[in-house]
Amino acid sequence: MIIHISRDLQREIAEQLEATYPNEGGGFLLGQGAAEQMQIVDIVQVANVFAEAEQHHRYAMRPQDWMRLEDMADERGLSLVGYYHSHPDSPAVPSEYDREHALPNFVYIITAVMMAQASDMRAWQLRADRSAFDELALATRTPPGE
Amino acid sequence: MAQIRIPTPLRAFTDGEASIEVAGSTVGEALSNLVEQHPDLRAHLFNEAELRSFVNIFLDDEDIRFMQGLDTEIAGDDSLRIIPSIAGGLG
Repeated sequence: MIIHISRDLQREIAEQLEATYPNEGGGFLLGQGAAEQMQIVDIVQVANVFAEAEQHHRYAMRPQDWMRLEDMADERGLSLVGYYHSHPDSPAVPSEYDREHALPNFVYIITAVMMAQASDMRAWQLRADRSAFDELALATRTPPGE
Repeated sequence: MAQIRIPTPLRAFTDGEASIEVAGSTVGEALSNLVEQHPDLRAHLFNEAELRSFVNIFLDDEDIRFMQGLDTEIAGDDSLRIIPSIAGGLG
């Protein structure tokens, strides 16, 4: 599967995650498409509600955030296709904790934020048997005229 | 029969259906009936007999963990909703 995302949305994610550094930050991905091509249409920043002392290595959202965003996506004719979060000073690779809390058919974009600079952004998807993540191609689209 | 709303990523296991009618007089029975109808859901909702820690079940707007859990009684016109807790982070 190829995940298409605009340079503007990538920049928005990077700026948010640099601002939350050294803590983890994140949000939802709204999109369209299925099977082999997925277009990220919008992102929604969501507050990290994990205990503050643990936020440097943990990120969590409230279930009510999921409800609100899923309803909003349905109203806009979009789908809640995934979520993104940061790994401060660590690679953009899913951890065992990520795998235990993941769902299949959902795009996980992880951004490495090294010394407060977003340095690498990669997309992942959990296998249906929950055994591991597979990396997805992340294609950046530059808006016309840029 | 009660309805269960399926979260977007799990609709691949319900033939794309967002809402499934289920039989049962408790939340646990309703979920059992759901996974009987759509067996591929089981691994993502349950770890053996227990609900996975990141799987929340809401009855209307209330988390069943703050009610009677899987023993919470439901009526035929109730609406249940499966809500994943999104969590992640470094190992």
